[in-house]
Amino acid sequence: MSTVLIAEFTDADALYGAAREGRSAGDRILDAFSPFPVDGMAELIGATTTRLRLVMAIGGLAIAALMLGTEYFSAMLDYPINSGGRPLNSWPAFMLPPFAVGILGAAVAGFIALMWETGLPRLHHPLFAIEGFEQASQSRFLLALAPLDESTVARARARLREGGAVTIREVAR
Amino acid sequence: MSVLAQSPLDRWTLPPGRSYEAVNELVTAPLLERKTFRWTAWWIAFAISVALTLMMLVSAGWLLIEGVGVWGNNTTVVWGFAIANYVWWIGIGNAGTLISSMLLLMRQRWRASVNRFAEAMTIFAASIAGLFPIMHLGRPMYFYWLVPYPNTMTVWPQWRSALIWDFWAILSYLLFSIIFWYVGLIPDLATLRDRAQSKAPRAIYGALSLGWRGSARHWHYYEIYHLAMAALAVPLVVSLHSVVGLDFAASLMPGWEETIFPPYFVVGAMYSGFALVVVLTAAVRWGYSLQAIITVEHFDVMAKIMLAAAIIMGLSYASEWFAAWYGGETQDRSLVVFMFTGTYAPMMWALLCCNVIIPQAFWFRPVRRSVTAVFIIAVIINIGMWLERILIVWNTLSHGFLPSMRRSFFPTVWDWTLLFGSLGFFMFLFLIFCRAVPTVSMHETKHLVHEEKAA
Repeated sequence: MSTVLIAEFTDADALYGAAREGRSAGDRILDAFSPFPVDGMAELIGATTTRLRLVMAIGGLAIAALMLGTEYFSAMLDYPINSGGRPLNSWPAFMLPPFAVGILGAAVAGFIALMWETGLPRLHHPLFAIEGFEQASQSRFLLALAPLDESTVARARARLREGGAVTIREVAR
Repeated sequence: MSVLAQSPLDRWTLPPGRSYEAVNELVTAPLLERKTFRWTAWWIAFAISVALTLMMLVSAGWLLIEGVGVWGNNTTVVWGFAIANYVWWIGIGNAGTLISSMLLLMRQRWRASVNRFAEAMTIFAASIAGLFPIMHLGRPMYFYWLVPYPNTMTVWPQWRSALIWDFWAILSYLLFSIIFWYVGLIPDLATLRDRAQSKAPRAIYGALSLGWRGSARHWHYYEIYHLAMAALAVPLVVSLHSVVGLDFAASLMPGWEETIFPPYFVVGAMYSGFALVVVLTAAVRWGYSLQAIITVEHFDVMAKIMLAAAIIMGLSYASEWFAAWYGGETQDRSLVVFMFTGTYAPMMWALLCCNVIIPQAFWFRPVRRSVTAVFIIAVIINIGMWLERILIVWNTLSHGFLPSMRRSFFPTVWDWTLLFGSLGFFMFLFLIFCRAVPTVSMHETKHLVHEEKAA
């Protein structure tokens, strides 16, 4: 059972500063909650690499290939029709639908990947029970940090205070 | 170092809107504290929009019963209002994506306070645009034949047809825009969830926000996805209106068969869409008293973009006429003469005034900084762009290769009711949007407030 401190800040810079100091002092930065993205915060909590863009690229190319394949199959194999002497496989004219649906496919694949990576939809979460958590989507910046061990809790608290935390709550994990 | 970082940064918000809580309060108050807000203007506008929507329904219903003969279309000018309205609406449907993606990629921070309703405008305008080709089909009940599905007739769509390209482009664009818009909305829905005092709004906004917690992890993936979507949206939106341009350019008609058409259509689309964004910005700003976060600077910068577009449009028109003269084709040359001296000549002059000449007023700073002036010119630009779309259809079709076939187009009452009805329907959708979700992106505006504070 380790202690988790939830410190509340009034601005993004204070949050980031406290998180960086905490990390250099050996605390573990679990997460931060803010009304808008705070630059550099993701690196501090260790969310750096993601396959989201790769998923989008694969999804988009797959859907585009499916569309082109449908066109090829229908125009070449299933229903070959001579339209003004044009080649059956008029691939340049076939490119527009695969392009458009490919981009849509990338968007859908990316949305699914986004949900996967963020763990959403998840309508309830224990964090919502924390007093003041509803402020994180409005105007406050919360930092969740786990001090190295029980002996450093007091020091972490003092450091957070100094860094500008308005309130510090202790929650058990 | 961006240009913005060097300039005085407190440009895009005014002191009353310069705190996070102020932004929350300004944007959410109309949604969550409905009783304290005066809705008189909203109800009047809503009543008008419902009346016009009913008019559209009657007009469309009569069309479906009687057929396209109720319109002024004839065997020469077969496209008439329907296709021009379609091109006009889809053009308006382009600007939301322009604002949210191109300006995002260009790091134009000011877009934060206008992108939300610009994106909503995109979705509504593109949906309305999609109705016109279907209504114009003659046998609209068979529009699903555009979809490739194994059927008892054992036929497939004709992939070389611009109509098929249109279908896929609009469908993809519309669905894409909805996803883009919704994802940008999720953090704001979470804010509404957390601010709601009563049960029903909390439950509804809570469910729609998918449990968003604003965690650094969430924001990280959100930003990556949002930026990737913006990068994809730009080629999609350009291809969409290029395809619309190809509906014309892929034909063999004089005045249509021009390589300039796709880019020329894209610029025209951005132009008319931007003009409507300005109109809506003025309306939302006034209606919700958002002067603190939608400032005169916003109008100034949007007027500059419209000015640039006006110049590009003027050059495009000139290059069309030049190409007709320089190409030496009798048919092309006589079409240009017909444009300026024929049946629709007064409309042509009006178009040039609306789209090219009047917007030159934006060279002057006092004009750009007068909300009323920018609003009026934006309305004029929209009228001018509609005239352009209608004249592209009318001029060419009325002045085809066979002089004995030449006829003019005279709109009937059903043409007008459908046009104004569709405007009313747009207004109806937009007014509902204004009452259901935050009209301004709170998280982006708060980010902007933060950056302005840091500077």
